[in-house]
Amino acid sequence: MIPIAYNVRSVVQRPVSTALTALGVGLVVAVFIGMLALANGFSAALAKTGSSRNVLVLRKGADSELSSGLGRDVSSIVAADPHVATGADGRPLVSPEVYVLIPLAKSFDTTQIANVVARGISDQAWQVRNNVTVTAGQKPTSGRPEVCVGSRLTKRFPHTGIGQTLHFAGRDWSVTCHFTAAGSAFESEIWGENEQFMPVFRGEVFQSITFRLKDPGSFAEAQRALQADKRMTVDAHRESEFYAQQSQLLGRILSFLAVMITGIMAVGAVFGAINTMYAAIASRAPEIGVLLTLGFRPWTVLVSFLAESAFIAAIGGLLGCLFSLPLNGIVTSTTNWSSFSEIAFSFRVTPALLLVGLVFAVVMGIVGGFFPALRAARLQVVQALR
Amino acid sequence: MALVEIRDVDKSFQRDTQRIDVFTGLTLDIDAGSFTALMGPSGSGKSTLLNLIAGLDKPTRGTVRVGGAEVSAMSPGQLAAWRSSNIGFVFQSFNLLPVLTAYQNVELPLLLTRLSGRERNERVKIALDVVGLADRADHYPRQLSGGQEQRTAIARAIVADPTVMLLDEPTGQLDAKSSQEVLTLLQRLNNEFNKTIIIVTHDAHAAERAKTILHLEKGDLIEKPRVAAAAR
Ligand SMILES: Nc1ncnc2c1ncn2[C@@H]1O[C@H](COP(=O)(O)OP(=O)(O)OP(=O)(O)O)[C@@H](O)[C@H]1O
Ligand SMILES: [Mg+2]
Repeated sequence: MIPIAYNVRSVVQRPVSTALTALGVGLVVAVFIGMLALANGFSAALAKTGSSRNVLVLRKGADSELSSGLGRDVSSIVAADPHVATGADGRPLVSPEVYVLIPLAKSFDTTQIANVVARGISDQAWQVRNNVTVTAGQKPTSGRPEVCVGSRLTKRFPHTGIGQTLHFAGRDWSVTCHFTAAGSAFESEIWGENEQFMPVFRGEVFQSITFRLKDPGSFAEAQRALQADKRMTVDAHRESEFYAQQSQLLGRILSFLAVMITGIMAVGAVFGAINTMYAAIASRAPEIGVLLTLGFRPWTVLVSFLAESAFIAAIGGLLGCLFSLPLNGIVTSTTNWSSFSEIAFSFRVTPALLLVGLVFAVVMGIVGGFFPALRAARLQVVQALR
Repeated sequence: MALVEIRDVDKSFQRDTQRIDVFTGLTLDIDAGSFTALMGPSGSGKSTLLNLIAGLDKPTRGTVRVGGAEVSAMSPGQLAAWRSSNIGFVFQSFNLLPVLTAYQNVELPLLLTRLSGRERNERVKIALDVVGLADRADHYPRQLSGGQEQRTAIARAIVADPTVMLLDEPTGQLDAKSSQEVLTLLQRLNNEFNKTIIIVTHDAHAAERAKTILHLEKGDLIEKPRVAAAAR
């Protein structure tokens, strides 16, 4: 085998062309990782929203909470179901909820309006959604126009600080607390008491009923029992699956875009690598002639130059990883197309994603290096040395 | 039986529509242990002859045998393996790999063998010692003089202990003093180590160092085998 030191040092000998080629690959890798980090973060936010121990009950046929509606009678029937877990206080862990979208102006540009979810909850919600934690202030007091604001909203919307007053649905609401929910979509919601929200929004209807399963394994059984109940017409979803499904479409579109855009960019980077390698091989024809004269097989020459191209691309891959790291944790938002609500999430640059980016870089290098390396391997010794 | 047997070889090149016949019916024997200088005007086919012996090029017709092996009939893969253990080639322009040290350049042919790292190290050191460059092992080609570069190339050619050494104008780019050093080294390799050497040269003084001088004239061998003065 031709020693790899030969290639590494040859690459170092021409720092400018190496750096430019690596930079091209690096940019593609950075965009690639960035876009996948976006898709990744979005899916993660929605995936974490649901718990596999919870069941979400909607009106039959409703594909989102927005298009659902359930009466108080349904809430009582669900609460009485034997599959429902009971809390420490002996009450069933059921949370009938109101779900509406309210337009709010954004902090940085008050002419921009975003739809934010206002969720009316019962006291039980804090236990059913056990990933929800109040980080500051006190939960709203029953009977008062008070709300708790998800942590993702506080920076992006004005008047969301504790003690401040939000105005929506024709009323003032004082903010009494902030909450987090493990990075899930709940963090982009405003929670208030059902009894306060119902009269100002849609009246005596809930949009969803969420309950905690006594036995997490009994979902199918509970689903069958609820959907077969003649007194109501409902669909029961496992909460985790419901949110994962909501993220699917946008997640897929983001991944598709990532592949499309970086695919087009990659063509450019690959041509860069092709150019660099053809130039390198043209100027080193005598060296290749010597290697072949010494008895190195043409395929070892091929491997050697493929390795050289892959090495340059790997440098680019590392650059790309470095470029993309600062993206990690940056919060952005998009409209959740399943519910038309604004949902905030962060870029998630994971080690696995970095590895994928690096592999992508090396693949670009090998693809770009192939034809030049093939030319090197096919050089006629006598011609190469003339 | 001669070490190198060239039998009835034709070699022609096609350039555009023109055919250049370099050799027609060339027959030549070179014995083991000989030191042959190949002379002749430019374009007479000296390099072509070396290339045919090294298996770098194929005859249009006829056979080339080296040590009993029919070089002209081998596949490219066979040729590569055969060349690595049978041919030591030295070029006019040295052709060391610029990014590798003298040591690493000399070690290259051994990377094609099954020798261990220690054995390789020993052999490289011996080869560099023979050419008088033991103290320059870690120098890069650009840090060596022309004569030193060519001696490194000779070390590279002998390190795998080949059957034949082929040198194409090895002193063509060297000054008088460096040329003498290289030629003295070749004579020593021939006398002390019994290496078979074929050297192409334009320089009559250089040719005098060989035991046999062959003249190529428009592809025909004007054989004037004689014992050179230096060897007497
Ligand atoms: N690859 C090739 N394609 C076409 N013609 C070639 C090729 N190689 C050699 N020739 C021709 O064959 C003839 C012999 O060339 P060769 O290089 O063997 O000469 P030479 O004796 O080594 O000359 P010099 O002393 O200039 O090195 C020349 O006319 C040359 O132009
Ligand atoms: Mg020549």
